Amino acid sequence: MSNGGAIAAVAPVGGPQPLDWKFSQVFGERIAGEEVQEVDIISSIEFDRTGDHLATGDRGGRVVLFERTDTRDHVGLRKDLEKMDCPMNRHPEFRYKTEFQSHEPEFDYLKSLEIEEKINKIRWCQSANGALFLLSTNDKTIKFWKVHEKKVKKVCDVNVDSTKATVNGSIVGSSISTSSKQYIESGRCIDNNFSFPTTGFPSLQLPVVTSIETNLMARCRRIYAHAHDYHINSISNNSDGETFISADDLRINLWNLEISNQSFNIVDVKPANMEDLTEVITSAEFHPKHCNMLAYSSSKGSIRLIDMRQSALCDSHSKLFEEQGALGTRSFFTDIIASISDIKFAKDGRHILSRDYMTLKLWDINMDSGPVATFQVHEHLRPKLCDLYENDSIFDKFECCLSGDGLRVATGSYSNLLRVFGCSEGSTEATTLEASKNPMRRQGQTSSRPLRSLGSLSGVVRRVKGADNPGVDANGNAFDFTTKLLHLAWHPTENSLACAASNSLYMYYA
Amino acid sequence: MAMIDEPLYPIAVLIDELKNEDIQLRLNSIRRLSTIARALGEERTRKELIPFLGENNDDDDEVLLAMAEELGVFIPYVGGVEHANVLLPPLETLCTVEETCVRDKAVESLCRIGAQMREQDLVEYFIPLVKRLAAGEWFTARVSSCGLFQIAYPSAPEALKTELRAIYSQLCQDDMPMVRRSAATNLGKFAATVEAPHLKVDIMSMFDDLTQDDQDSVRLLAVEGCAALGKLLEPQDCVAHILPVIVNFSQDKSWRVRYMVANQLYELCEAVGPEPTRSDLVPAYVRLLRDNEAEVRIAAAGKVTKFCRILNPELAIQHILPCVKELSTDSSQHVRSALASVIMGMAPVLGKDPTIEQLLPIFLSLLKDEFPDVRLNIISKLDQVNQVIGIDLLSQSLLPAIVELAEDRHWRVRLAIIEYIPLLASQLGVAFFDDKLGALCMQWLKDKVYSIRDAAANNVKRLAEEFGPDWAMQHIVPQVLDMINNPHYLYRMTILHAISLLAPVMGSDITCSKLLPVVINASKDRVPNIKFNVAKVLQSVIPIVDQSVVEKTIRPCLVELTEDPDVDVRFFATQALESSNQVMMC
Repeated sequence: MSNGGAIAAVAPVGGPQPLDWKFSQVFGERIAGEEVQEVDIISSIEFDRTGDHLATGDRGGRVVLFERTDTRDHVGLRKDLEKMDCPMNRHPEFRYKTEFQSHEPEFDYLKSLEIEEKINKIRWCQSANGALFLLSTNDKTIKFWKVHEKKVKKVCDVNVDSTKATVNGSIVGSSISTSSKQYIESGRCIDNNFSFPTTGFPSLQLPVVTSIETNLMARCRRIYAHAHDYHINSISNNSDGETFISADDLRINLWNLEISNQSFNIVDVKPANMEDLTEVITSAEFHPKHCNMLAYSSSKGSIRLIDMRQSALCDSHSKLFEEQGALGTRSFFTDIIASISDIKFAKDGRHILSRDYMTLKLWDINMDSGPVATFQVHEHLRPKLCDLYENDSIFDKFECCLSGDGLRVATGSYSNLLRVFGCSEGSTEATTLEASKNPMRRQGQTSSRPLRSLGSLSGVVRRVKGADNPGVDANGNAFDFTTKLLHLAWHPTENSLACAASNSLYMYYA
Repeated sequence: MAMIDEPLYPIAVLIDELKNEDIQLRLNSIRRLSTIARALGEERTRKELIPFLGENNDDDDEVLLAMAEELGVFIPYVGGVEHANVLLPPLETLCTVEETCVRDKAVESLCRIGAQMREQDLVEYFIPLVKRLAAGEWFTARVSSCGLFQIAYPSAPEALKTELRAIYSQLCQDDMPMVRRSAATNLGKFAATVEAPHLKVDIMSMFDDLTQDDQDSVRLLAVEGCAALGKLLEPQDCVAHILPVIVNFSQDKSWRVRYMVANQLYELCEAVGPEPTRSDLVPAYVRLLRDNEAEVRIAAAGKVTKFCRILNPELAIQHILPCVKELSTDSSQHVRSALASVIMGMAPVLGKDPTIEQLLPIFLSLLKDEFPDVRLNIISKLDQVNQVIGIDLLSQSLLPAIVELAEDRHWRVRLAIIEYIPLLASQLGVAFFDDKLGALCMQWLKDKVYSIRDAAANNVKRLAEEFGPDWAMQHIVPQVLDMINNPHYLYRMTILHAISLLAPVMGSDITCSKLLPVVINASKDRVPNIKFNVAKVLQSVIPIVDQSVVEKTIRPCLVELTEDPDVDVRFFATQALESSNQVMMC
């Protein structure tokens, strides 16, 4: 795995063939020179368990849902299908399904704090009765959403025509309600000694309802609020289907999906004196199978596995994963770049993938002496840490993901690049994709690395960049710190990746 | 558009509003579904209303919940039990919705209807419904089905019974933990309807599956099943099948499961009978009392008295008491608090000597606990203490604890102790009270927190009731009346409140001679709030005192207040005058 840092694709020695990634789809593609609205920037991506649905959240507090189109016949509206180039493909294809405003900007008057509407995380819950359920969270408040098809109803026949005009559809309700209030009251009075004939009153009729079409509706079913003093960085569902956790910088709370007014604090790393604070929680996730296990990562680069069976307050971990002895000399940046920005359990629950600023690390939960594999992602940035620190890029939180079969891992980088590594025994697969319609362009460029003099090529290829790009290093590698690919997700069953480049959602398959 | 007669109009509106846009109106209509049904008549209710409701399954949860509830009592409106089956389809639909409370209500209503249905109808309609739900595509239907077996099973023919048992067994192994939880929850009720031979074989094997489930949440529901199944089985089967499971559960890896055992152990002991309790469950219980997890110890400590009651004293002293001693110094105050709330009940179980020898030191240490909750829990059970160890021993240690609580920083703690003062007074007697507690009662009248002053005024009244007017005249009234000169008007108001409470207890004479002059005097206060409170107090005193006093003292004072510059004072004075007029007319 040591050569993972090299950008070149190396022919496999063992293990599966490297994947040949192809562009599949893009949603919200930017036209050259188009200004990106801050609120449109995607801040979260998540596939559901089946892979039939994909959700993205953005900084404007919206959640957009996509559904897979290539697996079954669709009888609904097909207008979105027009965008597809080749609808007969076998790889996952998605279309826009619906979107809703999940969070609004708020102001906490007690603490004089603005609460952004930005969606930090989305997690899918068990679907039921054809309805989709998901949790979305911003910094403070978690919401439980149900998205379902609701019949649009028209009431055509009623007993009381109070409008005198033709009774037409749903307006009848609101118009009756005001005039009928007093009758309802009087109705109450007569009921007790009102005699009903056994056959009933034939003149009464039930309203006739016709439903013409169905509409997708998103309803907020529950709001889990006021449980976090700090910013929520993760939410994660338990395999028991009834609980989930939410983690902020210092605490992890356990909720029951059905109970929104109480949660239990299970991890609290807040020191008695805040001046003693050295470490914060950066990410947390439940084990995919064992309902009692969860892992959380810290800003010091450690991952703790806790067993909720042991005690109600899980302040002591049952396993600690840390890389012992930093390689090379320690510097001012050592602690900063050690901070883990994301962890993910593999589907089998045996491995945990973690992302820190420089690397991806794969851990075996049965081996706490060190990672089983380390993939260099940003090693080439080491000389530039000073600049990265100064423009705050060093604090960027890149996410990571594993393929459903657990054979590959992926994470994002700068210049809208993403890296895919093979993590099976003996695999040397290391691919770089660019989030554009031509993902292997980088590959092509790097494979022709001998032509180093073509450094200016990057200026040609990258349409948004000027020729005097300051992010071009000595090797001709361009790094644009403003275009970073932070969020990505791997389809749970197929080799398909969804990643967010600013406001655009790019999908690739192999 | 049909013409509607005037008297039918309200019902017509009610029917129309079943489909109104406003959820409140829809809810209102659903809640009055019986009225609608009566207006439509039984036949149209069956043929039109019920199918109409069946289609109404994507409404808001509140409406669906109300509908599920109404349908449960709808048999009279569809023409009696012979037509009860028409109610099943809409409820079946409601059994599949995602909202748990709606499903639960629909299951409850189905059970209620099923319990009244004729046997052939159950076989023809109800059992197929249960089977459909149990085979439902979505987990919601399967979750609901678990609660219906208890109704379906008894009336099923033999072959169908076998099938139902097989289906339930399948549900116990469902992929979805939610379904397995529902199966575990309902296993006891279902088992109660199953014949003994099948109980031992089929039901016990389902139970075994559930007790070994991977999910903690399923296993801990299986714990509840232990008690229910234990009651159904013969004692020897219970010892053979249930007891090992309980002992296993008490050592489960998950504290939540152990917590359930700790909570339920008493019921489990009842189920397995006294003998195995001693040999097997005492060690299990002792383990729980010494559990690593505070939550488990809290649950176990709270049951210590109940558990001791089913043991003989020797066993309790030998095994339980040492643990109780440890728990009294537990690191978690919640454990100590749980122990303090029940520990006094152990005294009668142990008898006098062991109590004084062993329990008293524990009790005294809890009384000195640093957490007020612990002390309060002990004090609230004081009557039980008194019976066993006598007042002398008690008073030495009790007093410092009370004084400390009386001055606690948290006003809720002070409030709690005030509420116990009358009880303490009656138990400790006049002499003890005079010396030690009298001053405290006066001090509370001057508390910074209104709720405390209010409670203190009430306390003064209850003490006067307890010890009689003569005692109160000596020990309370002078001190209370002294405080009317307090410079702060809020304290003066508290005293007025206390006077109005004391007056009925003290009787006419003392009220006229001692209390009334003070009130009249206060009517000259410079603060309007005091003055209108004077008017209120005078109004409350009028029925107690003699007519002549009203004429001579109270009315002149009130008349004067009706001319006060402050509008509120005038209002209350006028009100008091009016009520005095009414009394005179009577």
